[in-house]
Amino acid sequence: MLRILHQIFRTGVVTEPLPEAIDAELGVVGCHLEKAIRKRFHRSLVIREVDAGSCNGCELEIIAMNNPIYNCERYGIQFTASPRFADLLLVTGPVSVNMEIALKRTYNATPTPKLVIAVGDCGCTGGIFGESYASLGAVANVIPVDARIPGCPPTPVQLLHGILQLIEGRDVISG
Amino acid sequence: MNLLRDTIMNHFATNATLCGDCYPVAIPQILVPREQFDDIGWLMKDVGARLVAEWGVDETPLGRQYAVLACFARETEYLLLRCNIPHNDPTFPSLSKKLAPAFRFERQIMSLMGLTPTGHIHSDLRPWIKHEDWPVDAWPLRKSFAAGQRMPRVDGDYAWVRAEGEGVYEIPVGPVHAGIIEPGHFRFQAMGEDILNLEERLGYTHKGIEKRFEQLSWNDGAQLAGRTSGDSTVAHALTYCRALETLTGQSIPSRAAWLRAIMLELERIANHLGDVGAIANDAAFTFFFYQFMRLKELLLRINKRLFGHRYLMDLIVPGGIAVNPADEGTASLGRELTDLLKEFERIVNMYDLNASLDDRLRGTGILTAKTARELGTVGYVARASEQALDCRIQAPFSPYDRFPPHVVVLNSCDVHARAWVRIEEIRDSIRLIHELLATLPDGETVIMLTKVPPDCSSLAVVEGWRGEIVYWLQSGPQGEINRCAIRDPSSVNWLALEQAVHGNIVPDFPLCNKSFNQSYSGHDL
Repeated sequence: MLRILHQIFRTGVVTEPLPEAIDAELGVVGCHLEKAIRKRFHRSLVIREVDAGSCNGCELEIIAMNNPIYNCERYGIQFTASPRFADLLLVTGPVSVNMEIALKRTYNATPTPKLVIAVGDCGCTGGIFGESYASLGAVANVIPVDARIPGCPPTPVQLLHGILQLIEGRDVISG
Repeated sequence: MNLLRDTIMNHFATNATLCGDCYPVAIPQILVPREQFDDIGWLMKDVGARLVAEWGVDETPLGRQYAVLACFARETEYLLLRCNIPHNDPTFPSLSKKLAPAFRFERQIMSLMGLTPTGHIHSDLRPWIKHEDWPVDAWPLRKSFAAGQRMPRVDGDYAWVRAEGEGVYEIPVGPVHAGIIEPGHFRFQAMGEDILNLEERLGYTHKGIEKRFEQLSWNDGAQLAGRTSGDSTVAHALTYCRALETLTGQSIPSRAAWLRAIMLELERIANHLGDVGAIANDAAFTFFFYQFMRLKELLLRINKRLFGHRYLMDLIVPGGIAVNPADEGTASLGRELTDLLKEFERIVNMYDLNASLDDRLRGTGILTAKTARELGTVGYVARASEQALDCRIQAPFSPYDRFPPHVVVLNSCDVHARAWVRIEEIRDSIRLIHELLATLPDGETVIMLTKVPPDCSSLAVVEGWRGEIVYWLQSGPQGEINRCAIRDPSSVNWLALEQAVHGNIVPDFPLCNKSFNQSYSGHDL
């Protein structure tokens, strides 16, 4: 137990602080994001992540958003297991034919008003997989999409930035 | 050394033919009569060979018909066996009577290529990957099937394995399940908290990757290979490129070979760090999760600085690698890894001494050595169950022939062993990278590949972080891609998860599943 406490104190807070961030970009984005979430979502934005057929690359970065360095929870962002608690769906793609029904059901299970962000090049356009017998391509081909975050995969900072752009009601990022 | 080949040649004598234009020469392809194809099942099993993969191919553009290929391995020997199948009778004798892993390979061949295994011991011809709402006669890997077509959805049913009796109940999970994770469906038959049976139903992330390859150029294929399973982007792209370079008969500059190996080991370290943390997290120990995730993030940033991409995507290209890091960069990599290892050891020490973690991990999710061998498991799943398998040793390529890894084999066969193999591998990969950095050659990092000759094939195997990845490439009449068959380690290891959870309690399933951490996308393709 003492070792664990020692390691906790030794490590300190590794979360990159808001104003003088090591990664300046993250600091600026985070500051805005926190304000926007406080104002529009009463401090809590709940996200359900849906993998609609991705290669798992985007999931790695979405998980990294939760690591202690990006620590998205400090902005009030939480991930939920149930779409019924979600304000926002983060959908990665391309949407496979075998996931089409599950994605639509998840969308329908999410209470309105809801937001949908298509994540990654494949979620935005279908990417290298395109449209085929097995792939329906972009998320927007299957459910209504409010914003897009391109990248292969988009970095945690790009993800936070994309979420911010959407909830601030700015122009949708073009894919 | 040629035990497998000799066994086949002795048994079939003049009925077996050695095929031409199959590379590398060390891995021959032997044509055997279709009627006796199932003989190879017991022949190979008797000599202790492992069924690596089985797949179908449509060779109509090459003036032939269908074929089924099976790849076997024993120690350092790999062998390909094939039988030709006519268009008017698309059936072949099943290997599943003797070889358990053939079971799913053959369901997949039937679903996607429309070749029916006969004499199947369980008569389980339920589609695999292909879901029940696909038209029955949709066989996407056949050349006559247009890749771009939209299939109508039809009514269909999937016959689940059921358990009945007082107090027995069923838990369906997924495809959209808790957490930030790929989609898949698991169906538990349980009694109280005990799992009676687990049946997996995958295929949700099937994106038609193998068919897509047939529409791409050889160069673009490397990008697609790098997106077969995003967490193994280096390993998949590397296996594809090695198969392609074998087809053109070229060897890459040694600096590129060294840097490819460094990237492969960096990918192994990053994923293992995340996995060990996630295993602790599933035992409700978030302290370790955040500590390991912090180390993983540090490594991703090193990747980004040195090579320009956090996950090293699209850096392995046909003919070499797409970047050439400066000397200062590679020198700093060594120092940063030394620092990372120090931090890592401090955390591992606590992990090892933690009694409550030990209690959750030990004895949970046991995959016996016998089952691990019979199912043909690979990678850390196999090594945690006494199987000394690592194709960096069994099928080495430069620079692994000069710098072999220390293969860690454990015998407790449980979640703890699967976590501990990863811990040891992180240490060994850091050691390997130090050795590779110390001997890193100078010079070019990429060469131009020559044109691929028509109608030839090649096989490549690479030990990715999950285990042995297999690519089989075949060129068509114009030297284009006719077939790219992929076997991700997950294709065999998913079978083992079903066996490992027997007798465990339902709440331990996430822990068991995380200790396997198989790819959905790499399996579903």
